[in-house]
Amino acid sequence: MKLTVNGSEHEVDVNDDMPLLWVLRDELGITGPKYGCGIALCGACTVHIDGVAMRSCVIPVAAVSGEVTTIEGLGTPAALHAVQRAWIDQQVAQCGYCQPGQIMSAAALLANNPDPSDAEIDIAMAGNLCRCGAYPRIRSAIKAAAASLREI
Amino acid sequence: MLIGSAAIAGGVVFGYWRYRTPFDNPLLATLQDGEVALTTYLRIHRTGITIVAPRAEMGQGVHTTLAALVAEELDVALEDVQVEHGPASKAYFNQVAFEEGVPFAVTDEGALAEGVRNFTHVPAKLLGMQITGGSSSIPDAFVKMRKAGAAARMVLLAAAAKKLNVAQNTLTTSNGQVVAADGTRIPYTELAELAAEIEPPGDPELKERADWKLLGRSLPRVDMAAKCTGTAEYSIDVRLPGLLYATVRMNPQLGGELLSFDATAAGAMAGVRKIESLPGGVMVIASNTWYAMQAAKAINCTWGPAVYPTTSEAQFAAVDNAFANGYDSRFLDNGDVDDALADGADVEAEYAVPYLAHATMEPLNAVAWLHDGRLDIWAGTQAPTQAVKDSAAIAGIDAHRVHLHTTLMGGGFGRRAEADFINTAVHAATAMPGVPVKLTWSREEDTTHDTYRPLAKARFRATVANGGPLAFDLALAAPSAIASQLSRIGMSIPGPDMSIVQAAWDQPYAIANYRVTGYRAPVMTPISSWRSVGASQNGFFHECALDEIAHAAGADPLQMRLALLTHEPSRKVLEAVAEMSGWGGALPEGRGRGVAFVLSFGVPVAEVIEVAATGNGIRIIKAWAAVDVGIALDPGNIEAQVQSAINFGLSAAIMSEITLKDGVVEQSNFHNYDAIRIVQAPDIEVRILENGTKIRGIGEPGLPPAAPALANAIFAATGQRMRELPLRKHIRFA
Ligand code: FES
Ligand code: FES
Repeated sequence: MKLTVNGSEHEVDVNDDMPLLWVLRDELGITGPKYGCGIALCGACTVHIDGVAMRSCVIPVAAVSGEVTTIEGLGTPAALHAVQRAWIDQQVAQCGYCQPGQIMSAAALLANNPDPSDAEIDIAMAGNLCRCGAYPRIRSAIKAAAASLREI
Repeated sequence: MLIGSAAIAGGVVFGYWRYRTPFDNPLLATLQDGEVALTTYLRIHRTGITIVAPRAEMGQGVHTTLAALVAEELDVALEDVQVEHGPASKAYFNQVAFEEGVPFAVTDEGALAEGVRNFTHVPAKLLGMQITGGSSSIPDAFVKMRKAGAAARMVLLAAAAKKLNVAQNTLTTSNGQVVAADGTRIPYTELAELAAEIEPPGDPELKERADWKLLGRSLPRVDMAAKCTGTAEYSIDVRLPGLLYATVRMNPQLGGELLSFDATAAGAMAGVRKIESLPGGVMVIASNTWYAMQAAKAINCTWGPAVYPTTSEAQFAAVDNAFANGYDSRFLDNGDVDDALADGADVEAEYAVPYLAHATMEPLNAVAWLHDGRLDIWAGTQAPTQAVKDSAAIAGIDAHRVHLHTTLMGGGFGRRAEADFINTAVHAATAMPGVPVKLTWSREEDTTHDTYRPLAKARFRATVANGGPLAFDLALAAPSAIASQLSRIGMSIPGPDMSIVQAAWDQPYAIANYRVTGYRAPVMTPISSWRSVGASQNGFFHECALDEIAHAAGADPLQMRLALLTHEPSRKVLEAVAEMSGWGGALPEGRGRGVAFVLSFGVPVAEVIEVAATGNGIRIIKAWAAVDVGIALDPGNIEAQVQSAINFGLSAAIMSEITLKDGVVEQSNFHNYDAIRIVQAPDIEVRILENGTKIRGIGEPGLPPAAPALANAIFAATGQRMRELPLRKHIRFA
């Protein structure tokens, strides 16, 4: 079957019910999306499908019809997305393992809501667990990213 | 680590000469052409400079701060160097890891206490254990890594003097270059080969603090950009040609045997390459991790029985029984507690905490590859030298042929000090010689096969007089995490387990009749160090008990502590948190504040938490923390660590619990073993003080006061006393 990830088309030969996460990671070598729980409880595997934040660990690859964007496709060290820029400015990441998922959730939130309230941030980000408890800086980075995106 | 010096010295035959002999530089074996190693922490090539930071980067920012120690003295900008973990080696042994295990309070800096602490350096060196834990990385590295940077700078200066044929004292350095009087500049990278031929000074002079350019400032973390762009490499991300993917299914009765298994159906499933047993379980090797996990579920296994009491109730009963036995330790026994309590106690209570899983965000995994007479391993480990030892034994090869590549870690919290998950990957590699295998534990396997934070109980009795405690008798019982841990590396603990009483017996309170006794329950389910170790439960026990005492004495809990604290830096953090939080000020209806003070790992920490009792339950409004690390090398990172530790402690306080039924852990994934989410995480204000006499690490000390500050706040808001964790068993949270 065919899959478009970060603008490139891939042909993959796996069982239809294999979750997108494991196609990305073990078949295509795209390791930005992380395995954390496998059952949509932690958000570490979050990617965008046609711009919508989705938990790739529970989406069978055969059910993916849109374009997939992973953290690698959001921005690169040389060309950062505004959310990544804010994350670096605020020094958010600790172990960093949850952060690709946090950033993808935050980027999707800000794409739809340029000025989220604290309550709206809570709702959009509640599915993203951070065992390091970097929440204070996650919140401030989302606000900083929102402000910088509104300026553009 | 809290291993007593006696435990460590036991069985080790040593001599002073061996203690003085330095280990060989392990970098010499890793150099590329034209590259030199000026010290064990520094590789220089024409193309660039690499600083080796040989401690586990599991989120605490240690790579950045360790690299800054070298860079400060070497005189290079942090953005101009690479930072890597480097090889597993005894040369990177942790000198101070065992200091916490001595029976002297950290506030005791007398000759005997200091002498015994110094004595622990000898076995530390001889065992050569490279360990990250006990908030010891910074105290261990503070002098030696700066000296390494300074020594390298000296030989680079000497090399430049030779090359330019001028006196060395006419030269200076600036940002990675030697600068001559005439303005000539030579980059270090061009001097390194010449410098490598010059013997470095043994005891180079260090800069004054006033001259620091990097240390003492909040630096951008060296791993930040990679972690925010998905390019940071954890062991779970390692890619190799021909890599296969594996998983395990172990006896859910931890440590129990695999009696037999039938993999007929599983063996025919998609992607499966091999199914084999390993001690206590089965492993599946496949072309994709998901295929391996699906097949593992389909294997029919017959498991041997549990080797411990099979329910939480039975295990708690074993802890209860421990109180009736002889004690394990009684290092604090001031005044005459029995006499003071002879007429009965004014306040007494029992407290309990459950087992806890570490639940690192990155599930346990490792990559192993047995090829060409060597074993390559990629793993996130807090104990690399031990991992090499274990792996060599499993693969049946010489330890010198094991090459361990320590990667970034998606959390550690003590879990990655164990070698079990690496061992499973090595088993898979030996089943597939020549082929690299990445073995990943499912979240379910990770949660149900942890080495848990021990369950524990406390009983206290106290009498009060004049607005404070007259007598305070605290008894603590738990299985020995240290004994459990050491048993897995073939060692034992002949003395008491200091972790059972850690952060309770050694608190700087002046109480006339004051006793802390530790009782050791048998080790049942495997246990180990969990962020802040014994302080994680004892902070809760001790500080909630003090709150009950303050209430019984009619005293303000913060003012009462202030009146009792004898240690100046400890008083200062409590005063700071009082000021920050506006302690004593009027609060809206339904609000309450709790305070707790815990001195652990040498760091006095005071925290205040404010809660609101709402119609939907308890809501945390805000937390304040003041900490004293002696010397604050990176304030921004210290703030992040304290916030992290508080959130970690609040998760345990509110919701985390591992229970057993039929010998099996009942929790399996984040639906029944969750941690706090952004919705519940409070705003946390941190202040860093520097009144302590020694430099200290901060990965753990922020944690212990969180649970008692919360429980005490709930009491203040509702009048309900919380004596068992997790709190949500007894009260609703919004
Ligand atoms: S791995 Fe997908 S939500 Fe946890
Ligand atoms: S930064 Fe470690 S889990 Fe979020």
